[in-house]
Amino acid sequence: MLRYIIRRVLIMVPTLVVTSMLIFTLIQLPPGDYFETYVAEMQAQGERADLSRVAFLKKEYGFDKPPVERYLRWVGGFFVGDYGYSFEYQLPVSEVVGDRLYLTVLVSFATILFTWAVAFPIGIYSATHQYSWGDYGLTFLGLIGIAIPHFLLALVFMYFANVWFGLSIGGLMDPQYFNQPLSWAKVGSILHHLWIPVIIIGAGGTGSMIRAVRANLLDELQKQYVTTARAKGLSPFKTLMKYPFRMSLNFFISDIGSVLPSVVSGAELVAIVLSLQTTGPLLIRALQAQDMYLAGSFLMFLALLTVIGVLISDIALAFLDPRIRLQGASTK
Amino acid sequence: MAGVAEVLRIEDLRIAFALHGHDNEVVRGVSFRIPRGRTVALVGESGSGKSVISQAVMGLLPRNGRVSGGRITFHGDGEAPVEIAGLARDGPTIRRLRGGHIGMIFQEPMSSLSPVHTIGNQIQEALQLHRKVARGEARATTERMLKLVGFKRPQRAYDMYAFELSGGLRQRAMLAMALICRPALLIADEPTTALDVTIQAQVLKLMKDLQQEFGMAILLITHDLGVVANMADEVVVIYQGRIMEAGTAQAIFRDPRHPYLKALLKALPHFDMAEGQRLTPLREAKANTQALTGAAGPRLPAGPETPPLLRIEAVRKSYGTRHGGWLAGPAHEGVVVVDDVSFDIRRGECLGLVGESGSGKTTLGKLIMRAVTPDRGRVLFEDGDGPVDVLALGGAQLDAFRPRMQMIFQDPVSSLSPRMTVLNILREPMQIHDLGTPAEQKARVVALMRAVGLDPRFLNRYPHSFSGGQRQRIGIARALALNPDLIVCDEPVSALDVSVQAQVLNLLKDLQRDLGLTYLFISHNLAVVDYMADRIAVMAQGRIVEIAPRRALFERPAHPYTRALLKAVPFADLDRPLDFDLVARGEVSEGGRWPEAFRGERGPGGLSEIALGDGHFVLARASVDARELVG
Repeated sequence: MLRYIIRRVLIMVPTLVVTSMLIFTLIQLPPGDYFETYVAEMQAQGERADLSRVAFLKKEYGFDKPPVERYLRWVGGFFVGDYGYSFEYQLPVSEVVGDRLYLTVLVSFATILFTWAVAFPIGIYSATHQYSWGDYGLTFLGLIGIAIPHFLLALVFMYFANVWFGLSIGGLMDPQYFNQPLSWAKVGSILHHLWIPVIIIGAGGTGSMIRAVRANLLDELQKQYVTTARAKGLSPFKTLMKYPFRMSLNFFISDIGSVLPSVVSGAELVAIVLSLQTTGPLLIRALQAQDMYLAGSFLMFLALLTVIGVLISDIALAFLDPRIRLQGASTK
Repeated sequence: MAGVAEVLRIEDLRIAFALHGHDNEVVRGVSFRIPRGRTVALVGESGSGKSVISQAVMGLLPRNGRVSGGRITFHGDGEAPVEIAGLARDGPTIRRLRGGHIGMIFQEPMSSLSPVHTIGNQIQEALQLHRKVARGEARATTERMLKLVGFKRPQRAYDMYAFELSGGLRQRAMLAMALICRPALLIADEPTTALDVTIQAQVLKLMKDLQQEFGMAILLITHDLGVVANMADEVVVIYQGRIMEAGTAQAIFRDPRHPYLKALLKALPHFDMAEGQRLTPLREAKANTQALTGAAGPRLPAGPETPPLLRIEAVRKSYGTRHGGWLAGPAHEGVVVVDDVSFDIRRGECLGLVGESGSGKTTLGKLIMRAVTPDRGRVLFEDGDGPVDVLALGGAQLDAFRPRMQMIFQDPVSSLSPRMTVLNILREPMQIHDLGTPAEQKARVVALMRAVGLDPRFLNRYPHSFSGGQRQRIGIARALALNPDLIVCDEPVSALDVSVQAQVLNLLKDLQRDLGLTYLFISHNLAVVDYMADRIAVMAQGRIVEIAPRRALFERPAHPYTRALLKAVPFADLDRPLDFDLVARGEVSEGGRWPEAFRGERGPGGLSEIALGDGHFVLARASVDARELVG
């Protein structure tokens, strides 16, 4: 088992190296760089850009050097905690992101918990009452959740909250807490605002999760070992929980790999519509402005999370499923 | 014994399934009883309703099924009788019976056990559901039970998972689970159908021993009359939801009265058939090969002096050699599945290839077809002007050669595409090889359908609208489409019912005779091979341990493995019971337990083919004692 984990960790290294090259190349691909965009924007507004400062920054960040050297500098920085410099915000990347990161994580984890808390009971109900009115009704609700785009749902929520209750539901906290140190009042305000983005972002995920739980359980419910368990005299609910449900969990564990990056990238559009102080809007702005270190480091961070997510799900699967744990090493 | 002499009484039982809104009765007024401590066999083809009855007894009918009439009364030891038919689905009363008073085992021991729980956990669960026992004591009881069903190291077995066990051990674990609460009745639904003959004999013996020990009754559901003859005290024959005949095993086998039962016994291949005797299928399928014989063209004459059609020379295949690459685990020794196998297939003969699962027989068939590439060896095909090495062919040459050899598969369901009509399925081989105009192809497809006894009007149907036997005939027609010389039949009837099996076997025989085909007939069923083959090769652990003309092999088996295999086959004949004591030791199916003269490696001083005359060869050391071969 230890050997397996070590091997999986080591395999992550080449994956990340290749990913970083791809990210760097992709960001370099569009013509121009941040400074040209900046100068052009300034000139369009009729102002003169500080060309000497631009030249200084260009030199400072090695834009006159060949791409390979810049790549190595960028990647090398990761090892000493230097993620580059955001030209747009004129701050180190870590400071720009750091602020928003914990809010993003909060929103996303709350969303995941919400999704699971709603989707699992409904999915189990749908599967065990297949083709009943309850199943049809809940499946229909889930489909609506999948079919409506998040940002549209967000707009609808905002409109009706305003019309009916006179509320402005944007943001993650009341404005007076912006840039304030963490306090109980601030936490309370955050929690007070949290539920709306969680429902909106979670709606689609819940819908597809219901369908996944239902489909997986329906598959497992057909299996012979379910009959064996019932033939033992086990009650239907205990049978369901111990055997088919346990087996269908595999699917969700292997899904962790894709959940982690979405934790951070968040639902960008919803975040913009609801003006949430999460990282999503930041990434979009960085990509638009060709703020290459901010965007690149951000993408790199997402890649790292994906790889770690997959690693976690692989290890969790190996712990949970003896077939993977015991047969993984042998060749059958 | 409690007051009542029977454990279970079924009276005028009717079971209906709701289909498209109306009830479809599958069990129509069945009555029988199971005496305490005895074995009753419920025999029938698939779809006869025999499994449905067992599900009704356990209260495990599918959701759309229900008992629509009659009674099922269970008499537990010293308890008031329980009327099962009217009980609430999954209610407390039926749950107390399940596992506690009635145990059940199933056909597929792999899928019947949860793959993610240890077998100890699953067995102990049954105990703790019905008996109040302390945790530590429960484990001890479970281990005792594991020992009783034949696990040599119960402490270790407790923590093992189902996939770490062989099929036989899995079925033993299932037995442990079903019997741990000492039920009065064990329902065994095709308990040995998925097992090899030697393992089947062991499991049957175990069931008999446990029956003696616990004094339970057994309801044995099976289609295998050989198993019935060896296990049952009483037999109930069921057909289309009605009982055709019931009585003691003596009465049923010695004096079958109902025409269905008589026909069933006649449709079964057995070892005492006269040369050239045909099986009598329950429903005859009329085949007409005339349209094909004309197109086949002249075949090369067959006879002992002509060179063999196919010569296999020292073919070897091993799997799983994953060499320890970068950071991989330690390198694993590859498993040799086909170990330097050599034999000939003569033109126009049917060579039977017998062996248990894992013996390498299917891999060998695939090697010959070039579906799998061997590590080394040669496969020489005699095409009239000298031998062609099939393994050396490539590209266009291989494409041109492909039609000479075709294959018939085991599973008639998965070997036909559900999205193609029969016409497309049968025409596809000709399209691939670009033979003839569409009109000619269509004509040949019609001729093929007639040849396998199917109505050409069915050509536009999809496979799902055919029965298993009909599908297998479509598979045969597809193999014939390119007019091959050799057909590799890989277990062509093992997925079919007895009655249909006879039909398909007869069809294969007729086609061979009329079209001058050569067969390599792979099967685990010795009786079937006996019926089909001219010569038989016995395969064990990747080697051909014995090869002989059919009669010589059955009359004078020389290899210990062949003998064990022959002894493990249950006969549908009360006068020839299985020798359970001999079989149950399980020695002979493991190569390590063979006598010294049959063990070791091939080579000088090691194993080689010893000729016993008359084309009979056995793999043994040259020093083998003649007495050991006659045995």
